[in-house]
Amino acid sequence: MERDTHFILGVYDDEDVLLHAVEKVRGSGVKIHEVYSPYPVHGLEHVLGYKRSKLPIAAFLFGMLGTTLALTMQFYMMKFDWPMIIGGKDYGAFPDFVPVSFEMTVLLAAFGMVGVFLITSNLKPWAQPRIFDLRSTDDKHIMAIDLANNNSLDLDKIKKILTESGATEVNKKSFE
Amino acid sequence: MQVTSSVRQPLVTGGKTYHDVTHDVCRQVEGKPSKLWFLAFLTAFGVLAIGSTALLATLWEGIGMWGLNKTVGWAWDITNFVWWVGIGHAGTLISAVLLLFRQKWRTSINRAAEAMTIFAVICAAMFPVIHMGRPWLGAYWALPLPNTYGSLWVNFNSPLLWDVFAISTYFSVSLVFWYIGLIPDFATIRDRATGLRKVIYGALSLGWDGAAKTWMRYESVSLILAGLATPLVLSVHTIVSFDFATSVIPGWHTTIFPPYFVAGAIFSGFAMVLTLMIVTRKVYKLEDYITIGHIELMNIVIIITGSIVGIAYITEFFMAWYSGVEAEQYAFINRATGPYWWAYWSMMTCNVISPQLFWIKKIRTSIVATFALSIVVNIGMWFERFVIIVTSLHRDYLPSSWAMFYPTLVDVGVYLFTFGFFFTAFFLFAKFFPVINMAEVKSVLKSSSEKAHK
Repeated sequence: MERDTHFILGVYDDEDVLLHAVEKVRGSGVKIHEVYSPYPVHGLEHVLGYKRSKLPIAAFLFGMLGTTLALTMQFYMMKFDWPMIIGGKDYGAFPDFVPVSFEMTVLLAAFGMVGVFLITSNLKPWAQPRIFDLRSTDDKHIMAIDLANNNSLDLDKIKKILTESGATEVNKKSFE
Repeated sequence: MQVTSSVRQPLVTGGKTYHDVTHDVCRQVEGKPSKLWFLAFLTAFGVLAIGSTALLATLWEGIGMWGLNKTVGWAWDITNFVWWVGIGHAGTLISAVLLLFRQKWRTSINRAAEAMTIFAVICAAMFPVIHMGRPWLGAYWALPLPNTYGSLWVNFNSPLLWDVFAISTYFSVSLVFWYIGLIPDFATIRDRATGLRKVIYGALSLGWDGAAKTWMRYESVSLILAGLATPLVLSVHTIVSFDFATSVIPGWHTTIFPPYFVAGAIFSGFAMVLTLMIVTRKVYKLEDYITIGHIELMNIVIIITGSIVGIAYITEFFMAWYSGVEAEQYAFINRATGPYWWAYWSMMTCNVISPQLFWIKKIRTSIVATFALSIVVNIGMWFERFVIIVTSLHRDYLPSSWAMFYPTLVDVGVYLFTFGFFFTAFFLFAKFFPVINMAEVKSVLKSSSEKAHK
């Protein structure tokens, strides 16, 4: 079997066709490398069999860290390190510490989660992404199939499966 | 799976395809700016330049250049601060609250509204910084840092300090939210470009490739950021209102302030979004994306928040009477009939009466009327802050120290400077950034455009 290319690309115009195509292609035993879309297609992660993102957990943990840090900081500064008598009231005035604690919770949750997102998705200014098809950020959905992962299947058979699933074009793509 | 409603009007008109969306939005970034854009930009920059002389006068001579006096120690600067922060509420409200409520019409306007938020918050933050007189010596005192006097910390019992945390958190979270939304659109521009533009937008897009897994995480991040930003946006103006509400000045220490300030902020924010979007859609020919339907929906939000603000004004008055506290009663009677009666009645006319005109369908679907009323609303909201701040202070506890506040030229100039900055930044944004969130508009296109669905 000739392996002059690394990837076979199925080009889809319509998101509903794409969703069914992903099911069909995976049903025929072809392993999909990844699907590239110009906009988020709802349900695509389910048909591709991706596990739910754990980012909400990261956000929660960072948020808790923010609350803890803020409360510790305020109680330490206001109650222990430099207590100030204000109308004879308790130094550790918890209600007064709520606004700053809330803001710090939101700040750390947001920044922590976004940081984790950028790192796990490998998003950074100097990143050189592999662009399979320039139209995948415009109006086409690109289904990439890595031939190295589909050794048991014939090239023509994969092409046939893609065309039958509704792909408007089937292209080859190699990276240096 | 998308479902097309046969009852609802399409959100995007003109039978746009996905490629049309890309083309219509990228065209502004890729093409040479029009003469109209240059004219607008240079006007804004001119205002910035004129205003900067007043800013320099303040920094050089000190805040004695302002019209403040012993009785009225807070006036023009904090009025502008609260006004700009209020305007900065619409962007995050549109993108966060409307995302949680699944209001798909937000997709056409959220990008520009968020940009506006960021610029407005910068303008707002300028006032507390310059009112320090010598900010280069003391701005960092607002942060909880150990200092040269030993470990004398900032006072966490003070609402002014809460404000420092609220505004800086709001600014940074809004900035991140906005940027995350921009990444896929920068990638679209990158993939259409060559040469230097490809390098710049390539770096800005952080190597985005639109993989399904990244989109899944992106959606998760957007939803949680929206969930975090929703209470955040409500907290910011709540905390700004605490600056007044936790004091003991008659006219300020009322419990109604937090909800009333938040409603007022959304009210003025939406008005400013309308002012800007009506101009942007015209200049950039985006009438198919920002339709009359969008304008009508925003006007409905203005009726609701305007009515809340109106009820709050009346409740405040009632509570002053009902409390039986003479000083409180006097503060409110003085607002309406004292030397600043004209400011009070300008506020009442602009904020309570004028938005009620939007009950008439012809007015709320008219672009000219909406544009005019959006400016009237923002004038009204400026007067609201001025009335609350100045009229509560100018009649001091001792009649011998009663005074009036008159702004100086420098006061007006600093305000002009923020206007110049705001519009200069907005026009630069409108030229170099995609003004409409292409990825989000594409994701609602199929369920809302009559022709994209076959």
